[in-house]
Amino acid sequence: MNNYFIKKFYYGDIPEENTGGKTEAAKADNAHSWPLWEVFVRSKQGLDHKHVGSLHAADAAMAIENARDVYTRRQEGVSIWVVESKFITASNPEEAGELYEPAIDKVYRHPTFYVLPDEVAHM
Amino acid sequence: MSIQDLEKIFQEKIDNEIKIEPKDWMPEAYRKTNIRQISQHAHSEVVGMLPEGNWISRAPSLKRKAILIAKVQDEGGHGLYLYSAAETLGSSRDEMIADLHSGKAKYSSIFNYPSLTWADMGAIGWLVDGAAILNQVMLCRTSYGPYARAMVRICKEESFHQRQGFEALLVLSKGTDAQKAMCQDAINRWWWPSLMMFGPKDSESTNSDQSMKWKIKRKTNDELRQQFVDMIAEQIKVLGMKLPDDKLQWNEERKHYDFGEINWDEFWNVVKGNGPCNKQRLAARNKAHDEGAWVREAAIAYAEKSKHKKQAAA
Repeated sequence: MNNYFIKKFYYGDIPEENTGGKTEAAKADNAHSWPLWEVFVRSKQGLDHKHVGSLHAADAAMAIENARDVYTRRQEGVSIWVVESKFITASNPEEAGELYEPAIDKVYRHPTFYVLPDEVAHM
Repeated sequence: MSIQDLEKIFQEKIDNEIKIEPKDWMPEAYRKTNIRQISQHAHSEVVGMLPEGNWISRAPSLKRKAILIAKVQDEGGHGLYLYSAAETLGSSRDEMIADLHSGKAKYSSIFNYPSLTWADMGAIGWLVDGAAILNQVMLCRTSYGPYARAMVRICKEESFHQRQGFEALLVLSKGTDAQKAMCQDAINRWWWPSLMMFGPKDSESTNSDQSMKWKIKRKTNDELRQQFVDMIAEQIKVLGMKLPDDKLQWNEERKHYDFGEINWDEFWNVVKGNGPCNKQRLAARNKAHDEGAWVREAAIAYAEKSKHKKQAAA
């Protein structure tokens, strides 16, 4: 019973990749694949659209339909935005210092910086 | 910055419970381990639709059919959340799916057991989803942000799965003698495979160290398995049924249930591809994918045609 080669398990009862089946990666037909879309859902009137995830779809109309099926099955939304992922520009984590650190020492931008006498009401 | 410095910063973030996000620097092995684990998890959700899909048309009432369809649809959605999370690490959806269909990529072995009776739908919801939930609740706190967020979403939906399963068994447990027998039989067949879902014993699993250090995994196989046994051993009393284990017994000293030894030969056998349904599951996935090819192509053709039409009109 101890002569098996399988040793590593990452998620419960899932086999290692060398335990049967083909070993070389299968050829994926990336050229014919549907583009990736990011999905934003407004959970109720009056709130912002919030990023909920992504999905593949052939065009925008299908992306909305798929988003409806995947992300709003339990009344999670009243409005959906989709945008093709390739059109999103994200800031670079390596530039986090330059971008966000200048805000750290500007405590005077917060109301709590100003100490006022207790008599001053409604401020 | 040197690799050593980057690795140090990375580990500090993890130690301080700061999530890792897609564009952050990460060790190659962390990326690979996550891609593998997340995609395997996604495959498990997708293949997991098959044993239950098998019963949609035969569920005993319209209500049970609707519940089962909703559950199977959820599993498909869970697969999608997870594939999306894996894609943020640079793995393409088509490659992952092609790897599943070729047999290169693996999925949870539990789905290589057949669903023989209606009571199996109850047992799968209660035991199989119950075991999966323990793993998934732990993974809500995993260190990779997109994976953790997908798991939070999944856990919210998963608790309906377990409850509907238990309720289906509860109805059977109060039914005729034949229904009671069917309920007990399903529990007998699914109990041990459910325990196997947590994987080999900690003493035989070498991966856990690194995965625990990176907080991809946060509890060991044995910890989760014990948690599951303690939970189910109490719940089964409500059903008035028995778990098929003579050694199952409360241990006052440990404050846990003791339980019998898993048949590890069976476990390794199923894991190695010799389970009752390994071939059938892959064949079903491939058939669905191949027969859906024309739909995927037609959708692309339609999208392109509409785009040209719009451009021409503009």
